[in-house]
Amino acid sequence: MLTVIALAVVRTRSLFAVVTLSGVFSLVSALLFVTMDAVDVAFTEAAVGAGISTVLMLGTLALTARSERSSSRSSFVPLLAVLVTGAALVYGTLDMPSFGQSDAPAQIHVGPDYLERIPHEIGVPNAVTAILASYRGYDTLGETAVVFAAGIGVLMLISGLRTRRRKEEDDPDTGGSA
Amino acid sequence: MRHHLILRVITKLLVGTIFLFAFYVQFHGDYSPGGGFQAGVIMAAGFIIYGLVFTLDKAQQVFPPWLVHKLIALGVLIYAATGIYSLFAGYAYLDYAALAPHHPEHGQHYGILIVELGVGITVTAVMVAVYYAFASRAPILSDEDW
Repeated sequence: MLTVIALAVVRTRSLFAVVTLSGVFSLVSALLFVTMDAVDVAFTEAAVGAGISTVLMLGTLALTARSERSSSRSSFVPLLAVLVTGAALVYGTLDMPSFGQSDAPAQIHVGPDYLERIPHEIGVPNAVTAILASYRGYDTLGETAVVFAAGIGVLMLISGLRTRRRKEEDDPDTGGSA
Repeated sequence: MRHHLILRVITKLLVGTIFLFAFYVQFHGDYSPGGGFQAGVIMAAGFIIYGLVFTLDKAQQVFPPWLVHKLIALGVLIYAATGIYSLFAGYAYLDYAALAPHHPEHGQHYGILIVELGVGITVTAVMVAVYYAFASRAPILSDEDW
């Protein structure tokens, strides 16, 4: 089903439909995560992928054209690159343990240790939160800093700060050459 | 969007529920799926949907851009300050046992809550700031354009 949606995204020319379809794509992959019992990941995917990024893409769409221009260049080289990368990825997945296998690395490495420690060390029922905020506190601090940096970056690039200055000059048509 | 009565009424009903759900995800993260990141995004979605239906200006009256910009930094500061507090209390950086020395388990609870709050604030503010940045550049579209 994900493949079908991805193909539809590639084939469609109307960008509006593409944005909507990528939202659908996120929602379906969120369902996939739920089947894998990764509820926290699914939650994030549904909220970020299907929710916020769709809205932001629509916001971007309002700034640009509504439909994709068809490209005149030959598609042979890109197709070759995609096929080679795809083949390498599929080759990589051959070594992965099958779905739900009990001796998969995820089940026998640090996982059981955490699950054993959390009830008496942290006492929080949701193991994901305990690992994320307590055992991996540094990582999460780093992630928050990344979100912070990304936000600052976007603001520097396209914030209203420059527009505000331009409005003060009372001449909206002067290009921002600074 | 002035004449879209159904959208406006439904949004008014939904926005409160969205915020409530965001707070639930935020503060119930220890017991159920979710946490600061998800709650932040849901909270931001609430503001964004309000901005989409009732125009950007209304949304900015509720949640002014200067406040958003301050909150982006505040969240990270809350997180980092928790760690620094535990340093001063004689524990390792980000060791939440420092928050309740006699009962380390409770300390972990408080620590996780505070840290997740910091994450939630930063994520909300960044998402809303990005939305403001995009939306304030776009010309106001007439409905036929879509």
